[in-house]
Amino acid sequence: MTAPLLSAKGLAVSIAGKPVVHGLDLVLRPGDCLAILGRNGAGKTTLLHTLAGLRAPEAGTLTLDGASYAEQGPRRAARARGLLLQHQGDAFPASVLETVLIGRHPHLSRFAWEDEADGRIAREALAAVDLAELAQREVHTLSGGERQRVALAALLAQQPKLYLLDEPLAHLDLNHQLAMLDLFARLAQDRGVAVAMVLHDPNLALRFCNRALLLHGDGTHALGDSAEQLDAARLSKLYGHPLRMLQDGARRWFIPE
Amino acid sequence: MPTRRRAFAVLVLLGVAALASLAWALAAGSLALSLAAVWQALLGQGDGLAQEVVRGLRLPRALAAFACGGLLALAGALMQVLLRNPLADPYVLGISGGAAVGALAAMLLGVGMSLGIEAMAFAGALGAMLLVFGLAHGDGSWSQARLLLTGVIVAAGCGAAVALMLSLAPEHKLRGMLFWLMGDASHAPAPWSALWLLLGGLVTALFFARELNLLARGAPVAATLGVNVARLRGVLYFLASLLTATAVTHIGSVGFVGLIVPHLVRLALGNDQRLLLPAAALAGGILLTLADTLARTVIAPQQLPVGVLTALIGVPVFLFLLARAPRMERA
Repeated sequence: MTAPLLSAKGLAVSIAGKPVVHGLDLVLRPGDCLAILGRNGAGKTTLLHTLAGLRAPEAGTLTLDGASYAEQGPRRAARARGLLLQHQGDAFPASVLETVLIGRHPHLSRFAWEDEADGRIAREALAAVDLAELAQREVHTLSGGERQRVALAALLAQQPKLYLLDEPLAHLDLNHQLAMLDLFARLAQDRGVAVAMVLHDPNLALRFCNRALLLHGDGTHALGDSAEQLDAARLSKLYGHPLRMLQDGARRWFIPE
Repeated sequence: MPTRRRAFAVLVLLGVAALASLAWALAAGSLALSLAAVWQALLGQGDGLAQEVVRGLRLPRALAAFACGGLLALAGALMQVLLRNPLADPYVLGISGGAAVGALAAMLLGVGMSLGIEAMAFAGALGAMLLVFGLAHGDGSWSQARLLLTGVIVAAGCGAAVALMLSLAPEHKLRGMLFWLMGDASHAPAPWSALWLLLGGLVTALFFARELNLLARGAPVAATLGVNVARLRGVLYFLASLLTATAVTHIGSVGFVGLIVPHLVRLALGNDQRLLLPAAALAGGILLTLADTLARTVIAPQQLPVGVLTALIGVPVFLFLLARAPRMERA
């Protein structure tokens, strides 16, 4: 077995006194793709930020690539894990290419400027999210879906081993939703990265993720293989709305009643 | 793609413009001098009167104006990143208000001599800075809204104190107090401390320049990319405050430089702090040097408060730049 990229033991997280998870044992290895599902306010973002080292857990231990966040410091951590935030705010004007280049920050020494190699990585990242021709545009002229893909490109330019994605499909049209999920699934398969993402569509979770974490909102959770975790009964309970499963050969879909 | 070469070229151009503005400041005035005469006087040769005027009067004043313009523009650029608000200026957190309370109190009490006024202004600025920091940072969090609100309220309190002192002040002190409030370089002390602080402040800011680029995009983005956000904000706050306090102590609360110069530079060159910070410092110095030279020559022998002129120059230039069609692309 390969060494884990992320390892959480007995993790307890709560927000404003409300428990999100307790006793979470989570290991993500190269090639893993984890879907995090739950209702609005269940604490998916809070958990993701905790896994990214932005807030301390209430209890438990957390290691990234074999070392705790405190041990490796923010800079080394930024080379190992990347986090897609739910909101992209632009207080000041910047071009798309400049915005993607911020992903190179943890790889550059203090007084270094981005060089040709960094520019190439950024352009490749833009091409991967289908935005190559918009490199010189101002970010505030982009549509919501295009802005979301710029954020994904910045994350790709960061080249972490662990991708933590908070609603990566927000604002995306159908073809780009599938293209982005396919992109991260291929990164996991071919490049040995690990991905954990917050999704709201159990069908996409089942299709692209090998593992699933269900947050029930009361501090309890269920974690396991996505094929086994994602069934009509569990999902109906998770969302508080009855879902029905349709099957066609090996493939399964859930539709709300 | 931001490159060092472009930044260097822009800064060289601005450096030449800065030297030109200083040369004009040394040559212009009731005793008009040619550039050759200015150069000779600087070297300590030629006409004794010209030497006295250039080295004794115009050079310290021009350098003070340049240094303070640079300090205010740099502080404004840093405040805009700290508060992630393009409308922030060096005075938004009440520092100039505190300085004004100190300076006017000194004038009112007749502490006399500019040194006493400066000391009191600096003490007032530091007092306001520590008050805002203490109140806004009380619970250990760093909310921009809370910091901004605390600063605005402290500034409002200082404004009331200033109005109170103005209304109590005897007639013959009012003019000096008003000039101080509008910004005035004619009584500026020796410029060396301000110049050194400008240089030190710029080097410190450039040390964190790429991290500031990230902070301008929001604290969470900066944190995920490996920036120690709390430390960076502390450095920014104290650096911007110190720069502002020094500038205000030297020439009073000159308006507009700290707000408009970072904007002008951003409109022209983009928001990369590695270029924006040194360019803003140079452009701020140039603007205030030009404004101060105009202030003492345009209706000579009468002098205008330089703060009035910075606004008169800055506002139309800014509106012109803003009115240009918004650019969709940048090379």
